[in-house]
Formats: sequence, C-alpha cells, structure tokens
Amino acid sequence: MAELTYRDAVAAGIAQEMARDERVVFLGEDVAAAGGVFKATVGLLEKFGPKRVRDCPISEQAIIGAAMGAAMTGLRPIAEIMFSDFLAVCWDMVANEIAKTRYMTNGQIALPLVIRTANGAGSRFGAQHSQAVENWAMAVPGLKVVAPATPADVKGLIAAAVRDPDPVLVFEQKSLYAMKGEVPDGEHVVELGKARVVRQGKDCTIVALALMVHRALEAAEVLEKEHGIACSVVDLRSLVPLDTQTLLSEVAKTGRLVTVEENPRLCGWGAEIASIVADECFWDLDGPIVRITTPHVPLPSADQLEDNTIPSAARIVREIREKID
Amino acid sequence: MDTKVKGKKAAAAKDIGRETRLALYRLQVELRYCEKRAYDLFLQNLVKGTSHLSLGQEAIAAGFGVAMRPDDWTFCTYRGHAHTLARGASMAGVLGELMGRECGLLGGKGGSMHLTDVSKGAMGSYAIIGAHLPVAAGAAWSAQYRGTEQVAVCFFGDGTTNIGAFHEALNFSVVWKLPVIFVCENNLYMEYTAIHTVTAVDHPAADRAGAYNLESVVIDGNDADEVYRTAVKYMTRARKGGGPALIEAKTYRHSGHSRADPAKYRPEGELEKWLERDPIKLYRERLAKLGVAEATLKDIEDETMRKVDEATAAAGASPTPSLDGIERNVWADGGAAWRN
Repeated sequence: MAELTYRDAVAAGIAQEMARDERVVFLGEDVAAAGGVFKATVGLLEKFGPKRVRDCPISEQAIIGAAMGAAMTGLRPIAEIMFSDFLAVCWDMVANEIAKTRYMTNGQIALPLVIRTANGAGSRFGAQHSQAVENWAMAVPGLKVVAPATPADVKGLIAAAVRDPDPVLVFEQKSLYAMKGEVPDGEHVVELGKARVVRQGKDCTIVALALMVHRALEAAEVLEKEHGIACSVVDLRSLVPLDTQTLLSEVAKTGRLVTVEENPRLCGWGAEIASIVADECFWDLDGPIVRITTPHVPLPSADQLEDNTIPSAARIVREIREKID
Repeated sequence: MDTKVKGKKAAAAKDIGRETRLALYRLQVELRYCEKRAYDLFLQNLVKGTSHLSLGQEAIAAGFGVAMRPDDWTFCTYRGHAHTLARGASMAGVLGELMGRECGLLGGKGGSMHLTDVSKGAMGSYAIIGAHLPVAAGAAWSAQYRGTEQVAVCFFGDGTTNIGAFHEALNFSVVWKLPVIFVCENNLYMEYTAIHTVTAVDHPAADRAGAYNLESVVIDGNDADEVYRTAVKYMTRARKGGGPALIEAKTYRHSGHSRADPAKYRPEGELEKWLERDPIKLYRERLAKLGVAEATLKDIEDETMRKVDEATAAAGASPTPSLDGIERNVWADGGAAWRN
C-alpha cells in the first residue's frame, strides 16, 4: 500500500490504463503541459507523449465530440471537463449524442469513453464552479455515473471506467483532491456498480457519495460517542449502475434511511434512492426516510454562506437526532 | 467516347472516365428515386414522424459517395437518406427504418433522422445542428492516431454555420491537422429562413473558414463531376497528412425543410429556375453529349426503379419491430439494466 493524494491517484489511474492499452488517449483543457488546473494529471504528458496526452482549446463541444468520434472508431478516450458546471456547455454531446447513439443505432455504434470532471463545492468558487451535477447525468439513460470518495476509489473507478465498453462519467470531488489515503500497490480496479459499506451500526443507515461520505462518517462518530446512535454509512460510489442490493440490505438491517447529498433539493439522487427504498423495503422501515440536501438555491461563494449551504457533519448530526431519535 | 468531345469542355471531361460517370449517374438516380419513394410512402401514411428530403441535392452525396474509399467515414445530418444510401446502405434498410419496420437499418429505434450503417462507413445521421462536426473531427483524429489514411467526411447545411460547434470543430481540426473534410450543402435556406438574412457573410461556410486558416472552396453542388473532382482532390490531400478542408457546395432543395413545410417562403420563380439546374437533368444531358447511348441511360433508370420497387416491397413485408427491443442496446451488454 502506498499513501497517495486523491489528485495523484487520478493521475495514477489514468497512467495505469494508458500503460496497459495503446488505444487510451487523454484530452482536455490545460491537462498536458500544465498538468491540469487541479494538478490531477501531472506527469502524464512526460510519460506518454504529446500524441496521447493532448491540450485542447476552450472548446468543450469539440473536446467531447472528438472523444465520441474517436471512441466510435477504435480508441478509448478519456476527456476532461475542467469543472462539472461546464458540462452544460457540451450537454448536447453528452446527453443527446453520447448517451443515445448506441440505442438509436440499435447497437451499431459502441462508445467506450470516459469523461472526468471536477465536481462539487468547498472551494468558494461560487455558483458556476461548485455545483454537484452527478444527478444531471444520472437522469439520462445511456450514461454510467461514478463519484469516488477516496484515493483508492478514484484510481480504481477511473480504471474500471476506461475498461468499460460504455460511456462513463467520473465526478471527482474537487475538495478531495488534497486528501491522502492508502491505495493498493500494483494494478488496481474497482468494479462499477458496487457500493461500499464504510461503517456498521444498528440504528440508522446513512447513504452518501463523494465528499458527503466523509461528512457522514464524521457525523456518525459524533452520534455514536455523544448521543448513543449507531449509524451505518454506505458509500454508493456509483449511481449508474446502482447497487440496490447493498442499499436495500443495509437499510433493512437498521430500519432507517438517511441520504446525504450535495445536490440541490429537487431531483437530487437521494430522491431516487428514497423512492427505491420506499417501493422495495417499506415494511422494513421504522420511520420516514430523511433526505439531507443542499437547499434549492444556486451556491453562494463566501465561506460562511457556502459552509452553511452544503450539508455539514453538524447538520447531519442535528437532523438525525431530530428525526431519528 | 470522351475523346469525341471537342473544345474546352473536353479537357475537363477527360479526367473522369466513363465507368465513373455512369456510377455517378446511377447513384444520383438511385438517391432521387428512393427519396421520391420515401415521399410517396409518407403521403400513404406509411412513413411516420418527420423526414427531411434532399431532392435536388443528389450530386453532392453521389460525388462523394463515388469518390470515397470503402473504409472512409460519412457523418451527416437528419437530411441524411441520400448520404447513407450513397455509401451503399441497403435501400430496404433505409425505407424500412422510415416505415418503422424490423428490417430498418436501426430496427425502428432511430427513424429517418438517425440513419446509420457502420458496416458501410455511414457513421450516423445527427439531428442536433452542428453536433457531428466535432464527432467527425474525432474520427479523423482516430485515423491519424492509428495511421490508417482514412478520411472523415462531414456533411451539413448552411444553417449549421451559425452554431458554436461548427466553429469549435473547424479550429480544432486545423490545429490538430486532422483528415476531415467539411462539406456545407448550401441550399440557401436554414429551415424556413433565407440564410443570407441571418448571416453576416456571403458564403456562410467558406467565408468563415479563413478565420481558422482552413482551406476552402465554393463549388457548384449541382454538378456531380465538380463535386467528385473536388472530393478526390481534398481527400487525397487529407490522406497524405495535408489536413482538413472545407467545401461549400451551392445547391437547392426542391421541397421544403421537412414534411411539415410547404416552402411558401420562396420567391416566385426561384424553384423553377433551380429545376432548370436539376443535377440529374444536367448530368443526363452531359452524358448524352459525351456519347452515352440513350438506351444505356434508360437501362440505368429502369433498373433503379425496379430496385426501389423491390426495396419498397421488402420493407412493406417486414414486420413491425418486436417490443423486446425497447429495453435492448442501451449498454454494450445488449440490455438496459441500471441496477442490480
């Protein structure tokens, strides 16, 4: 095991796959010579050369379109969209073209490609550089969606995404880039669609994703130590495919479900989780499902405002005490 | 026979051989007859949804269709029946798709606006304006990366030149020196509106190309020989690493934008003027002047009509798609599962 930062694990995941498969190419804005604006792709240009690691103009439609054209003709591109908010600029490519082409052509066209993007809040960047938009992608049939919470997972899920025959969006949480964690030595791949039970407790199941996994864990420690409430924490890792088996079995064990998400309230991914649990294990529930979300507002930028908009550990503790106790 | 033609025209005529010319004529007739059949089937309520006909624009699809290598790639728009057929896609597959039948190229899941036949290099018809220009550039990148000397050809209308993806793709392709040919079919109208009333330049595609240091040329899109010559020239250059080019082919659609459009916005006499310049009429006259026998031309036309009739019958006899298909082919495993 080596200790890596989340950002170094991103580069390690891409490098692992580029070394393994000549068809893997990487493109995006400032990703090659500059090593990425979040320094998550440092060293790739030096290691794999300018033919495979390519800087692009600020042309998100061209970047994603080129990845699509390359994928349908035999390459396995990884495209970076600098901030996930910018997916809106090329959403036609993502949602109308990439997501639908296999289906519309009745399987004639395969699109094995990866779109990586920096997602989520915590950097005081304001409403157009801080959104958590994994729920946008989740709503479009034909896209696979992952959001890793740890260095090990970001490496392993990027690797799995590259190997997957379908388009996969990898939402990297930008506040996690500096986080350190153990990453297994050697080849490391984390299967898409497998949730991770991070913590076990008998009273309540907290389901979270990316940064919110860490907030949920922090809250769970406080709830156990100070309030005697033992929580399980489930890191979904992947929204599509969704590991409903782990979700349902973990909820059945505690009888309570709390979802914690960065998405604004309406149609955040937690709503779909709540719907599945209500449909399929209603009789195992001992009380109402609780969704902890960002309020339905664009994100403000000032420290105090942003911190009080995104779910915090303190807010998770408070809401669970109020609603579960 | 070409040698019998005298004067200036003869020089131009010699560079394209008789067999190629007959292939160009046959293909134009095929595209015309099949497109007319699609319209007839629509009038019989056998073709549903919408369809965008390219009657009058056949010389462009045919000129490229004959010039392209089998492993080259075509990317076209929702006005894509002709471009898909021009690569050799099955006519029954095209008509079947329009009619929503199982034999359709896409098994009834795409419809008129998404015709695709990857086995023939027809890499899709894209129904969002401009989207396929970057996609074609990406395919060209893949050819360049793998050193295959394949060329991606991307057809689009004049209206496309005012959307962002057009500009992004042109710049990107020049910077990366990609083997992609952009072909603007300038039929004078973006949907219902005359292109010159909404565009700052005279040649909506070619006049923009210069801003990206992209070599461009404006040609007569109703002359299949001129299209063919231009296609060969720029595709040959692109194969050898010479980079992209843009061709603006002036043409005219004989019908409205889509089935919903009676095209009443066109000034009186304009259609009639362009019908005089019907590419198939012009080409037939040229072949006759070059000495091709009337019987040869008639045979091509009769054979083509038989082929269209057979394709129509085959499509009509095909069942409607199985409902099992609804949840097939979202993913590479053939299914649609999003959960375990």
